Amino acid sequence: MISARGLRKSYGDFEAVKGIDVDVRQGEAFGFLGPNGAGKSSTMRMIASVSPVSAGELRILGMDPATDGPAIRGRLGVCPQEDTLDNELNVFDNLYIYGRYFGIDRATCRERANELLEFAQITDKAKAKVEDLSGGMKRRLTIARSLINNPDVLLLDEPTTGLDPQARHVLWDQLFRLKQAGVTLVITTHYMDEAEQLCDRLVVMDKGVIAAEGSPRELIEAHSTREVAELRFGVGEHEVLAGKVEDLGDRVEVLPDRLLVYSDHGEDVVTAVIDRGLQPIATLVRRSTLEDVFLRLTGRSLAD
Amino acid sequence: MTTTQSTRTERPTGSLSAWEGMTRQLDYWVTVYKRTWRGGVISSFAAPLFYVVAMGVLLGGFIQADPDRLEGATSYLAFIVPGLVAAHAMQIAVSESTYPVMGAIKWHKTFFAQLATPLAVRDLVNAFIAFVVFRIASACAVFMLVLAPFGVFESWWGPVLAWLAQVLVGTAFALLTFGYSARLKSEEGFGVLFRLGVMPLTLFSGAFFPISNLGPVLEWAARLTPLWHGVSLSRMFCLDTVDWSLAAVNAGVLVVLCLIGWRWAVTGLDKRLEV
Repeated sequence: MISARGLRKSYGDFEAVKGIDVDVRQGEAFGFLGPNGAGKSSTMRMIASVSPVSAGELRILGMDPATDGPAIRGRLGVCPQEDTLDNELNVFDNLYIYGRYFGIDRATCRERANELLEFAQITDKAKAKVEDLSGGMKRRLTIARSLINNPDVLLLDEPTTGLDPQARHVLWDQLFRLKQAGVTLVITTHYMDEAEQLCDRLVVMDKGVIAAEGSPRELIEAHSTREVAELRFGVGEHEVLAGKVEDLGDRVEVLPDRLLVYSDHGEDVVTAVIDRGLQPIATLVRRSTLEDVFLRLTGRSLAD
Repeated sequence: MTTTQSTRTERPTGSLSAWEGMTRQLDYWVTVYKRTWRGGVISSFAAPLFYVVAMGVLLGGFIQADPDRLEGATSYLAFIVPGLVAAHAMQIAVSESTYPVMGAIKWHKTFFAQLATPLAVRDLVNAFIAFVVFRIASACAVFMLVLAPFGVFESWWGPVLAWLAQVLVGTAFALLTFGYSARLKSEEGFGVLFRLGVMPLTLFSGAFFPISNLGPVLEWAARLTPLWHGVSLSRMFCLDTVDWSLAAVNAGVLVVLCLIGWRWAVTGLDKRLEV
């Protein structure tokens, strides 16, 4: 569906994307995971065929965005990071009028708009102004709008940023249903839980390059241990105490507020720590996540 | 939601035709018009009528000049009307192509949403300008119709051509202003445009007095302004004093400005939306 080779994007002297290779297959949910400024959104805009490729090769649905931009965009759905709903139109018109841009006839547009209002669970808000919707509803409307042309590929740029946990789960459920219906999803996110929930396969991006690629499970297996013991000590003690526990796991990461000891047996680590007379304020044993993968690959956490 | 293939949209293989690119936005602009026409009535129709009554009828009542000194007009009202309507066309064009353009880029991001569809930058410019031209054409038409009973027109066909000239000068200003607005990062630039562009043009491009009154140097400066070409055409047609070679120059200048303006608008928006 999407294939990139040596893809680059520059803005003047600044290179946002520094030569990436990506292949997205039909029907999969593919993710770009990385912190802000990693080059995810620049990549998405090139895939959306609105931002010219600076160098390298990009093919979307077998076409070249430089020459077939309108044809490609006609088969994509785009849910941008920033809200671009028309606040001066009501909810229904946001869908209906958007459909007309794709050349869909009026009757089909109305039909699709009504179906999508139902899908987004905002049928009762059809005549409401956009500005009266909650953040979660606006996002769902944006996604509904991006589906008006029955796209082959749906691009979602940070789909749940700024939403409360409940709204995120409603949205994830809808994206999951789309995926099951066979829509190819391409998602950028800086939330590792979102990437784990939604993506079949993902690339970890950092500073314009791809640091790793695979399924969430493969990435965790390749770059982290099965479990992680989190140890919280007093303020400023973590750096000093790291040396006293580093032999207990495969490796130790020092964060400002805790130590992470990577081991396949987290409980054993905690027991050993206490046996050594160290007294952590709090301990937690959990499974490794993509956050740990990211930390391993870049030396930074996703929130940095 | 269904994901059947039956309603899948048509799949364009390349760029849309200019016509297709515009018609796909028709429903959008109709909706915009339905929402905004009431406000437009006041600014487009009522305000200019106040001008005509105040400047043309009441102030004009004090002005008794030889028709030769009023470019052939038999009254000051007949002199001022064609110029006022042309200046009004410019004012609508500028006001409709400043804040609305910046809003669609910066505040509402409408252009970004539209550009994620098969529409291209030139389609957005074309439809936007078509809407502004419609606003100008309807406002000027009503203005001219209302003035007909005042006996300021010398033929039936003259005002029709004058109306086309007003629309033409409005279109040129709409395109040039669009290009300016698309390049502007902050709305402060609009103040400069209104104070140093629109205001002096309105006052000194021959709408209110013959530009020969300005003296030889300033008269030539006035002749170089786009609005003067519109005022000149509009007045010659209304007063039936057409100098066809001058009319050809006036119309030619405005058409060239439209072409330059279109290019300026499309390149400006293209650059601005390329992120």
